Amino acid sequence: MGFFFEVLIGGLLSGVLYALVALGFVLIYKASGVFNFAQGAMVFFAALTFVGFQALLPGWTGLEEGSVMVFWLAFILALASMIVLGILTEKVVLRPLVNQPQITLFMATIGLSFLVEGIAQAIWGANVRALDLGIADEPIGWILDSADMIVSSFDVFAAALAGILVAALALFFQYTKVGRALRAVADDHQAALSIGIPLQHIWAIVWGVAGFVALVAGLIWGARSGVQFALTFTALKALPVLILGGFTSVPGAIVGGLIIGASEKLAEVYIGPFVGGGIEGWFPYMLALFFLLVRPEGLFGEKHIDRV
Amino acid sequence: MLYREAGQFKASYKEDQQIFPIRQDRVGMAVILAIFFLAVPMFASEYWLQAILIPVLIFSLAAIGLNILTGYAGQLSLGSAAFMAVGAFGAYNFMLRIDGMPFIVALILGGLCSALVGVAFGLPSLRIKGFYLAVATLAAQFFIVWALVKFPWFSNHSSSGVISAQEVNILGFAFDTPVLKYLLTLAVVVVLALLAKNLVRSTTGRRWMAVRDMDVAAEVIGIRPMRAKLSAFAVSSFYCGVAGALYAYTYLGTVEPEGFNLDLSFKILFMIIIGGVGSILGSFLGAAFIVLLPIFLNVFMHSVFAGSLPAGLGSNLELIVFGGLIIFFLIVEPHGLARLWTLAKDKLRLWPFPH
Repeated sequence: MGFFFEVLIGGLLSGVLYALVALGFVLIYKASGVFNFAQGAMVFFAALTFVGFQALLPGWTGLEEGSVMVFWLAFILALASMIVLGILTEKVVLRPLVNQPQITLFMATIGLSFLVEGIAQAIWGANVRALDLGIADEPIGWILDSADMIVSSFDVFAAALAGILVAALALFFQYTKVGRALRAVADDHQAALSIGIPLQHIWAIVWGVAGFVALVAGLIWGARSGVQFALTFTALKALPVLILGGFTSVPGAIVGGLIIGASEKLAEVYIGPFVGGGIEGWFPYMLALFFLLVRPEGLFGEKHIDRV
Repeated sequence: MLYREAGQFKASYKEDQQIFPIRQDRVGMAVILAIFFLAVPMFASEYWLQAILIPVLIFSLAAIGLNILTGYAGQLSLGSAAFMAVGAFGAYNFMLRIDGMPFIVALILGGLCSALVGVAFGLPSLRIKGFYLAVATLAAQFFIVWALVKFPWFSNHSSSGVISAQEVNILGFAFDTPVLKYLLTLAVVVVLALLAKNLVRSTTGRRWMAVRDMDVAAEVIGIRPMRAKLSAFAVSSFYCGVAGALYAYTYLGTVEPEGFNLDLSFKILFMIIIGGVGSILGSFLGAAFIVLLPIFLNVFMHSVFAGSLPAGLGSNLELIVFGGLIIFFLIVEPHGLARLWTLAKDKLRLWPFPH
């Protein structure tokens, strides 16, 4: 039984990482109705930019390598680049495509993901880079002693960080003026416009926030498995998470992420051996597919009503 | 002057419904076919045939397949490469396991296998649409490639699922040189493209378009969405499957499941976006564009940087150019290259006296 829980907890914790990526999708989809396929590329770009600045900064400023100062400076610079990227995307790509069918916007973001991946690697190079957040990735002692289970301290840290992030976002949406405007825009573009909410501003802010979430996700992913191109594929796993949770729901993204993470690990361990293993790659998609047949709008999504 | 319909009267329904109703189009088509069937094999070098013409033709076929599904029936799919893989491995197994299997029959059977798989993965489209469906087709993409690697029966127990295509032999005549392979590919593509062109202006095609434009309204006027959507999935996968089989038999010779990855699916999607969504001509233009662009970029980079090429910049530049072009086309010309031809036709009609 201990083994089962170990797999389950490992899955849940990796699910937190999927949820972080999915969160970025949900934010943009809620506010602008754009399904941003490039979120994965943005995660990659953010992580690469952070690592790049972290390596360059000591040379530029004379600060000590690996110091806290360098970390935060790199973080701020990477965040600034993400916000610039988000605003540019909104201005250059999405504004000319206003009122186009959603499918067109979706395809445009596929193009965007190629563009962002290409630019990121052209600037920072295509090598795998290590990212050290200074958190040890080793089993927590007292859990190992008392329950004989291996639970990585890094995973727990990532989960805690994700929790804080979600709570902060929830507070931001609920209690700030900008947050209220964001929710209004998400509800109804035209009504929001008519009471004087500047739509373009709001979209720029949303892309900025999504960039911030991408940066956090990129840092955690990068620290876990190195900053490399494969990050963009892992980010694809956020898609079934969205389907499970519903495109418009922040809690849905979290719950969906946990379900996907746990079920793929459990499936790999308990079903995998019967069919030759390696089913982690497609299991989440199949799970999402069957889920869609039963509940097309996801766990927490809004029910869609067709009108002629 | 040259391209005028004036004086070409249609005196019967049959004439009105011809596939190319304007005489100049018919002549033009005949000339193009003559060039590709006769002149190209005589003058093209082996490099051109193998590295450019054959892949362009094969990708055109795959793009037609995706265009039927996405452009005509409005169901976005990110799994075209997987359906190509099914076609390739299907044809391979029919050739391998049945003695004296004629190549053309194996090709069609491979396509039919792919159509069956396509219908199975198209079932969710009855309940979900838009990008929900796109994600569902990702399941097809990952699952099929995984299954082809994991079950050694499909690749006749070769290591990591690599298959080597058998010799292509039709009625005792071996298609073994690039020229012959090119002609075979061309013949298959021409026949299937004409079929597709006809299909999309038939009742079936009109049903697809009705479902694409508004499925609820289509249902109200008596079109069964289930049949329309599933038939679109079947026909589209059939085309992709045949393209995949040709990919294995006349282009590469040796293929592995991993070769039919998500990148290839995206490439085919880009072809129809750049060529023109909902256009058979566009599928050809888009395929030619996407196949030629990396070659052109490569040549261009080498002439500019001549030897001092920074490592890896080429592939990054390709990504940037592809991504940029997609966005550019979607913003500036959402109907793609095919639309440019339509515009040119309107200009030609009045040329050289526009007033």
